Amino acid sequence: MSAFQASSPWRKTAALLARIGLTGRMLIIAVPMIWLLVFFLAPFLVVMKISVADPMIARPPYSPLFVQGPDGWSIKATIGNYAYLWEDSLYINAYWSSIKIAFFSTVLALLIGYPMSYYIARSPEPKRSLLLLLIVLPFWTSFLLRVYAWIGILKTKGVLNAMLMKIGLINEPLIIMQTDVAVYIGIVYTYLPFMILPLYANLVKLDDSLLEASADLGARPISTFFRITIPLSMPGIVAGSMLVFIPAIGEFVIPALLGGPDTLMIGKVLWTEFFSNRDWPVASAVAIAMLVLLVIPIMLLRLAQSKGADT
Amino acid sequence: MKRTILLATAATVVAGAVAAKENVVNVYNWSDYIAEDTIEKFEAATGIKVVYDVFDSNEVLEAKMLTGSSGYDVVVPTSDFLQRQIAAGAYQPLDKSKLPNLANMDADLMAGAAIYDPDNGYATIYMWGTTGIGYNVQAIADRLGEDYEVNSWDLVFNPEIVAKLADCGVTMLDAPTEIIPAAMNYLGLDPRSTDKADFEAGAALLETIRPSIRYFHSSQYINDLANGDICVSVGWSGDVFQALYRAEEAENGVEIGYVIPDEGALQWFDMMAIPVDAPHVDNALTFINFIMDAQITADITNYVWYANGNAASMPMVDPDITSDPGIFPTEAASAKLWGSKVYDARTDRVVTRLWTKVKTGQ
Repeated sequence: MSAFQASSPWRKTAALLARIGLTGRMLIIAVPMIWLLVFFLAPFLVVMKISVADPMIARPPYSPLFVQGPDGWSIKATIGNYAYLWEDSLYINAYWSSIKIAFFSTVLALLIGYPMSYYIARSPEPKRSLLLLLIVLPFWTSFLLRVYAWIGILKTKGVLNAMLMKIGLINEPLIIMQTDVAVYIGIVYTYLPFMILPLYANLVKLDDSLLEASADLGARPISTFFRITIPLSMPGIVAGSMLVFIPAIGEFVIPALLGGPDTLMIGKVLWTEFFSNRDWPVASAVAIAMLVLLVIPIMLLRLAQSKGADT
Repeated sequence: MKRTILLATAATVVAGAVAAKENVVNVYNWSDYIAEDTIEKFEAATGIKVVYDVFDSNEVLEAKMLTGSSGYDVVVPTSDFLQRQIAAGAYQPLDKSKLPNLANMDADLMAGAAIYDPDNGYATIYMWGTTGIGYNVQAIADRLGEDYEVNSWDLVFNPEIVAKLADCGVTMLDAPTEIIPAAMNYLGLDPRSTDKADFEAGAALLETIRPSIRYFHSSQYINDLANGDICVSVGWSGDVFQALYRAEEAENGVEIGYVIPDEGALQWFDMMAIPVDAPHVDNALTFINFIMDAQITADITNYVWYANGNAASMPMVDPDITSDPGIFPTEAASAKLWGSKVYDARTDRVVTRLWTKVKTGQ
């Protein structure tokens, strides 16, 4: 029996791989590693490479990194594109404005999402599944279509204004489209499920006996909520906020379709650099700078979280 | 088991090879820019299947052309973009022996297009138009009086006049290289100037009217004008006429007008060209030649309300269109049209930066 196993091709391969230092465990880890390498690191390096080139009228429209001269190959790179981001206040203002819009959207999504998640998590089983289904349901339609639907609702002669004027709340139509208000509505609407789902996953595991203990010790429901429920759901709050905040910062479609011309967001600045200036190097530098700007706080947060988990 | 996989792989490879040789032409054109039956007629006449895809900004097309391997066989850039893309090596010269319908083209207009493409070596005119003012007739009369005649850039560039229209919605194309020169022209400067001070003067004028502008966008205004959501748009001639046509069709009581202001306007050509790496060059030539057929071009103009560069098609074009000075300008108006100037990278950055400043105040 064992002889048969040892002679099986699988065993042979495994032994062969082990000899060059590859074990089954490493092979399993290799799959996500290769995934990251191909779909994250490689594109990142390409963008990195373009960010140190000079723009030119050519195909593709930037100078090559490796130049063949009389003395062989040499590397031609510049940090001028990064320096440029500092020279013009536009970029810093755009980063700042993106962070601001993403932050307030996250807070709004949390304020709306928390009670919804709480209610769903506390609902009895058949109802709970139905409510969760309703949260996920919008994903069955294209994101773009849903943003277009908001244009129909918010525009000057749209559904919302028609309704408000009919019931006599307003006499003149509200101008919501092409303002920051429309951008907030769009972002909060789009990313709300990403807030609700992790919060729900956390709240549904909340141990009822802790709440009972709190009540037994004389805490009012309000006090129990703020001193027991909220601290225990912190991991859900952090996860949900991350899932809203990070994509909201780089959002392009929502500010482009719902926002006004003065809605300054980094996604739109990137578009202008890439398409209007056809300056791919500066566009790449903007992207890399944003990545660095986002990665550092996220790493710090992860570090704080893992420390919290240890204690 | 292995054999099955091998067979399956072989089948896929063969299918792929067949797909590559499939008799198709991949066309990338502006949105709402062709007659409803043009593609059908082409497919019936030639047996070549058309894969038709659309864009709404030159910048998007340009990014694809500069990246390469777009897979498109026929694309329709605007003249100034075409010139830069030719310089970048994005297109291949046209084999004119395969384009007998070139004889139909208007010599004067082709000479105008040759400013961007010497000897018309790389492209031929698809349609052409102007960047003027589209407006809601009733909304203007309500705000500026029944007698106000819309014939000047005053409507959008005079801060006092445009402020009276702000409440009903004033929009402009999101096209810095078209709007800033129009502002320069209004100030009496040369719209083709590349002097930084001239651009700054144009941008400064735009900043004074900026509070009255609802948005800058290059396609949304068609529907918004037609629905009465906005009342003035600096836009492309044919797009405004499409809004006019849609409003008529919807019978919503919105009456749209288009004017080439007396001070002059930008004239541009949309050109059919073949990318350097087009996979089906022969089919692309067949397609371009087919479009230049007098009847086919007339059908497109009758549908999209853009002027064409096809002299032979004129008798078949609807007289309502040929007699409209907004589409085919009078000789006096033609004399005041200008062609866009191609900027170098540095100037482009100056113009775009000023534009961002106008739009966002940053």
